[in-house]
Amino acid sequence: MNDDKLVIGGHEFSSRFILGSGKYSMKLIEAAVKYAGAEIITLAVRRANTKEGENILDFIPKGVTLLPNTSGARNCEEAVRIARLARELGCGDFVKIEIMRDSKYLLPDNQETVKATEILAREGFVVMPYMYPDLNTARDLVNAGAACVMPLASPIGSNKGLATREFIQILIDEIDLPIIVDAGIGRPSQACEAMEMGTAAIMANTALATAGDIPMMAGAFKSAIEAGRKAYLAGLGRVLTRGAAASDPLTGFLRD
Amino acid sequence: MQNFFVDSEFLSQQALERKHKLESDASFRTNHMQYMPGMEIINSDVYESVMSHVNSYDYAKYSAKDVNSALEHEICSIEDFKALLSPAARNFLEQMAIRARLETSKHFGNTVYLFTPLYIANYCENYCVYCGFNCYNHIRRMKLSLEQIDHEMQIIANSGMEEILILTGESRSQSSVEYIGESCKLARKYFRMVGLEIYPVNTDEYAYLHECGADYVTVFQETYDAEKYETLHLFGHKRVYPYRFDSQERALRGGMRGVAFSALLGLSDFRKDALATALHAYYLQRKYPQAEISLSCPRLRPIINNDKINPMDVHEKELCQILCAYRIFLPFAGITVSSRESASFRDGIVKIAATKVSAGVSTGIGDHESKYTGKESQSQEGDEQFEISDSRSFDTMYHDMSSEGLQPVLNDYLYV
Ligand code: SF4
Repeated sequence: MNDDKLVIGGHEFSSRFILGSGKYSMKLIEAAVKYAGAEIITLAVRRANTKEGENILDFIPKGVTLLPNTSGARNCEEAVRIARLARELGCGDFVKIEIMRDSKYLLPDNQETVKATEILAREGFVVMPYMYPDLNTARDLVNAGAACVMPLASPIGSNKGLATREFIQILIDEIDLPIIVDAGIGRPSQACEAMEMGTAAIMANTALATAGDIPMMAGAFKSAIEAGRKAYLAGLGRVLTRGAAASDPLTGFLRD
Repeated sequence: MQNFFVDSEFLSQQALERKHKLESDASFRTNHMQYMPGMEIINSDVYESVMSHVNSYDYAKYSAKDVNSALEHEICSIEDFKALLSPAARNFLEQMAIRARLETSKHFGNTVYLFTPLYIANYCENYCVYCGFNCYNHIRRMKLSLEQIDHEMQIIANSGMEEILILTGESRSQSSVEYIGESCKLARKYFRMVGLEIYPVNTDEYAYLHECGADYVTVFQETYDAEKYETLHLFGHKRVYPYRFDSQERALRGGMRGVAFSALLGLSDFRKDALATALHAYYLQRKYPQAEISLSCPRLRPIINNDKINPMDVHEKELCQILCAYRIFLPFAGITVSSRESASFRDGIVKIAATKVSAGVSTGIGDHESKYTGKESQSQEGDEQFEISDSRSFDTMYHDMSSEGLQPVLNDYLYV
């Protein structure tokens, strides 16, 4: 297990939990790093764009990779501008592209995301695009230079868990980049399920932020993700495997 | 019926006569549905969609059963929303609050946004009978120079505030679009986010103001009942109901990121007005899916020279019902609660449905220095639009919100 690394754009990580952006507090960051083992922390550039937020960078523990996101962008151009701004602010080369032109469901715009990925990858960013799980888009993202693909599990705020399960599975099966599930993971069991399926990492925020005991929930996510990962690596047993094999072969009656 | 009419002893005989005629003789007033020269007509279909629901809304027909099933539905339909606004829902206030709080926390976590309004001028060419700035009300008028605006903004920014809402009375001649544009440019120096609450303008003017740094536009329709509207807005461009109705759409076409809607509760049938406000936002967001929308819910307040004005039948319970219904119907919308409401109401409602509150509020002109620092102002100050109720400063509000277990957010916006 120790050499089972998550590799994104040539960078290696041991943890498969990524702290998403959203409800922010130093307490949350601390818990995510200490108890969930997060090595990557998302930071909304628009959230950092406050006098208070300017200090957020100071609070990020050493050795943790910052992942600025482009939330607030409504199209490719705006996302590119925000990504460049993040770089200027000293956030490093990672960027999570989020482009929404829908204020109700906050669903990502796949077409614009592909365009922005292409531009930013060319500029040397490690691009992590948030997308609606669509195989064709995922392939386009690979060709555009994405470092991973981040499909949503269910609409933000819906608490629906892995609503897009089947489509995420297709991405896992067909795309050679790490598939990182974002948005919608509300509880550790869902994170575990996604990891069993072969997801490379889980991004979550609200599930931790709104927990009664944040550090304990962070620990729960860590265990769940590790359990799911182990199960995936171990190869799931006959009951859960897709196209499951019965213990007595169905074709056992055949002679020669 | 409350009496809005107040005669000032400072009006000339001629002005008084004209005022009385406007008040008593409908035929003396202009056609409120007819555009004035220079007003852009966009032929929008939104009005039809909204008003067809509002006109046929018979809230008496909803029963406890309807309210119950509305609360059980995962997605709140327009029909459900109507039930939640009905008198029958009054007995379900606690259940509505629980559901509203759930929706708020799913979409906004435990954050609450803080902002402050800045009135830069109180000149007004309209006669809205309920407003302290109306052209027949005798008040100290004032318009800040750009230097004064700069000074006021500095004082506000020093308090820690990062979001500002620039307001004017509605006078194009005193507060030109260029003047407002220059104010926006100044605001961009001190604030991360700049909103506008000014007289409605045309699309190209909204585009200009957007370029100057504003990204959010608030326009209150006051009441959606056109007939009632006519009897409250007796004189001036604001009389033109449809031009005002289409303001948000023109603002979005002009490139603004977000728009805010509101009726002034207490002017007319508040249930119908609340329904209209939310549907106005709902249909516009459907048409412009990228638009960020928010709602406010001001109630009538006393004004200078008329301290009897009150919100009529909209008590805190009704207000709470409306806000919970808004939240359940439009879980993703911002909801602002103004300093017209008491501190205790605001402290309670931010935990249920509201996402934004003002702090350090003055509705007067040029008085931030005296109000924020206690220092006698060197210059003249202009009178206030209405009396506020919650006068907490930025620091106090920040502290109070934190101690309520909420996370105050000063800004999470980028001008792109
Ligand atoms: S409500 Fe607005 S337009 Fe009407 S009198 Fe007051 S400031 Fe003027």
